[in-house]
Amino acid sequence: MPEAGAPLVALDGVEKSFGAVRALGGVSARISAGECVGIVGHNGAGKSTLMHVLSGGVRADAGGLTISGETQDAYSAARAKALGIRCVFQELSLCPNLTVAENARVFHPAIHGFHWRRRAGDLIGRKLDEIFPGHGIAANARVQDLSIGRRQMVEIARAFTVTDAPARLIILDEPTSSLDEDTSAQLLAYVRSSVAQGAACVLITHILGEVLRACDRILVMRDGRVTVEDSAANFTRDRLVGAMGGVEARASAEALTHAASEAPIRVRIRPQKQKDARELVAREGEIVGLAGLAGHGQTDLLLATFDGRGIVGAPVALVAGDRQSDGVFPHWSISRNIGVRSLKKLKAGGLISARLEAALANSWRERIKIRTPDINQPILSLSGGNQQKALFARALGSDAKIVLMDDPMRGVDYATKLEVYALVREEARSGRTFLWYTTETEELKTCDRAYVFRDGAIVAELGPDELTEERLIHASFAGAH
Amino acid sequence: MTDLRATLRALLPALSFALVLAAIAALNPRVISYFGFTLMLNYAVPIALATLAQMFVMTANDIDLSIGAFVGFVTCVAATWLHDDPLFGAAALAACVALYAGLGALIYWRNLPSIVVTLGMGFVWQGLAVLLLPKPGGKAPDWLQAIMGFKPPYVPLPILAALLIAAVAYVGLMRTSYGAILRGAGGNSVAIRRAGWSMLKVKASLFALTGCFGVLAGLALVGVTRSADANIGNGYTLLSIAGVILGGGEFVGGIVSPVGAVIGALTLTLASTQLLGFLRIPPDWQVGANGAILVLVLAARVLLGRGKAQ
Repeated sequence: MPEAGAPLVALDGVEKSFGAVRALGGVSARISAGECVGIVGHNGAGKSTLMHVLSGGVRADAGGLTISGETQDAYSAARAKALGIRCVFQELSLCPNLTVAENARVFHPAIHGFHWRRRAGDLIGRKLDEIFPGHGIAANARVQDLSIGRRQMVEIARAFTVTDAPARLIILDEPTSSLDEDTSAQLLAYVRSSVAQGAACVLITHILGEVLRACDRILVMRDGRVTVEDSAANFTRDRLVGAMGGVEARASAEALTHAASEAPIRVRIRPQKQKDARELVAREGEIVGLAGLAGHGQTDLLLATFDGRGIVGAPVALVAGDRQSDGVFPHWSISRNIGVRSLKKLKAGGLISARLEAALANSWRERIKIRTPDINQPILSLSGGNQQKALFARALGSDAKIVLMDDPMRGVDYATKLEVYALVREEARSGRTFLWYTTETEELKTCDRAYVFRDGAIVAELGPDELTEERLIHASFAGAH
Repeated sequence: MTDLRATLRALLPALSFALVLAAIAALNPRVISYFGFTLMLNYAVPIALATLAQMFVMTANDIDLSIGAFVGFVTCVAATWLHDDPLFGAAALAACVALYAGLGALIYWRNLPSIVVTLGMGFVWQGLAVLLLPKPGGKAPDWLQAIMGFKPPYVPLPILAALLIAAVAYVGLMRTSYGAILRGAGGNSVAIRRAGWSMLKVKASLFALTGCFGVLAGLALVGVTRSADANIGNGYTLLSIAGVILGGGEFVGGIVSPVGAVIGALTLTLASTQLLGFLRIPPDWQVGANGAILVLVLAARVLLGRGKAQ
């Protein structure tokens, strides 16, 4: 419950534009100690920008920021940190070439002198144990050797560590996007306990269930403004979606016309660590899900399929989950990023035709609703979710008949997800095969079938009627190995 | 399996060195002696210092194309000013280090590509060196000659010096808390900035370290050669880059290894001067053969690959 008295943070009429794009159009909000505030909104609504302003990374064009009653004029990242404001961004802030302990040190200048490495390691190790029991991350592991889920765990734990300055406000921007259900639950439990001890927390997430469960108050943002603000108890899923500007009613479970089982097999592959004879089989027009706890071999299998191991009977495209390292060409425009896979059909007289490239990009911008005024803008001008949409457009706009999806819906808002699910179903009906690795149970319901992975091998195959959360969890944990 | 690969990758510099040494020993067993090592690895100390100098700027994704010319300039200063007027000479060298630091600050402040700036600076150092010493000459200070001519018992000086240099650089960059910040700046400079560290200071520090080690390299070189030459360091630029890469470092990402760099420098010293001589490769082919050895070692690195993410 928020404490009586002045709020910890007060934002008044904050505005920010990036060139032609208006990210924030006058946002006012209050955050008090001892409460968890959720912020939801569609892609490009301004959530991340607001957090950048609050954490000192970006200077607002107009509007005021008051922290603990003091107006902040010369606000900066250093000032924010000194005031106890911590932020875990969507784009991770770890140095991949350093170890976990060294990254903890980077965050805390106070740790220096003899045995600093051990102290830093203990600090981050203790916090990891506190938030994510059973994490299995060594303090001397190099960050670039960790999976993205583990990196996220390290970054989150680091934000909660304390040396000299207290951690008064912790902002979490899509913290569970790379975590599986189990680890996400651990985090949310920790957030609640942390808030109960007096910290303030801001949770930005697209996973509506989380925001309803873990937050005291919810702010809904849309097109750079706060449209609705209320206590979490007064919100339902539908009301949230409606306020974000999305579809009011939940998309009814369409009568999925499952592909006939006589359709030609497009993919047949066995995981390397599979001890029995089970294989993953995907036919033309099927949407096959890969489920199970995060990091249990699903991505490896997708990559192996992409490399052509097993039987793969048609061109393959991959929609990467870690868009920063595997997906986006950061120096290129949106149009080039979309067209790069389809260069053959964009050629006119031996050279790439700018006209055809633009036509392709524009048609996909319409179809998948990428929020940008101009497709020739650099791809990094798009918000994270829109970048992901562009990667989708790249795969779907190509001639690939098999589309592999490596948990690509991270950081994508609910309305967009619905659009993409509909698109995937439509494409499947016209004969494309989808292999879809996802860490969200909801998404598996769009699939025809799902294979549950554990320790790098398939442990269960669930048919269309068996895709319930219970069955999935049961299969994920009761692995035969 | 991943552990084995990682270990092999870490040991690669040492393995290459051992291989080159074995090849030389096979061709001429008499070199495996105190005297033999001292002679063969004569130039190893200045090359190792220059390699470490290069390593420091590569830590933050920069490159120094002027290090060779700078080393040549330092030898000229040492053989003239430092010899005639030690205080003035020392002040001049200190000013050079300060200039290097300023260069790093400028590169960060104006977001200039270091490859262009240092390329230009290379010509500046070269010009200054030629102005100072138009023809090879001068005389290295006696104390420098004494240090470089020192004969410690049992272990040849170059090896002892290499160990010392590697240890200092290793502790400084890999073990200290600020060293972690310097390396982090190469891995993710945005993260370092967000955490409140001054990237300006980081860049200036790294360039200052390069300047420092460049000065030491020049002093060591003039101690060995006894007189100076404006052009003597010209090959050091590419040698230093090759040494860092051979030692396991990378151009971007903040991944460097001081110990590896020193071993890489030793390997290159042997391979470029001694091995080819013993193999009786015609001089015209020596540069190419040098390159071939480098390609072989780097290929081995790629084959051993990166460890997989869990």
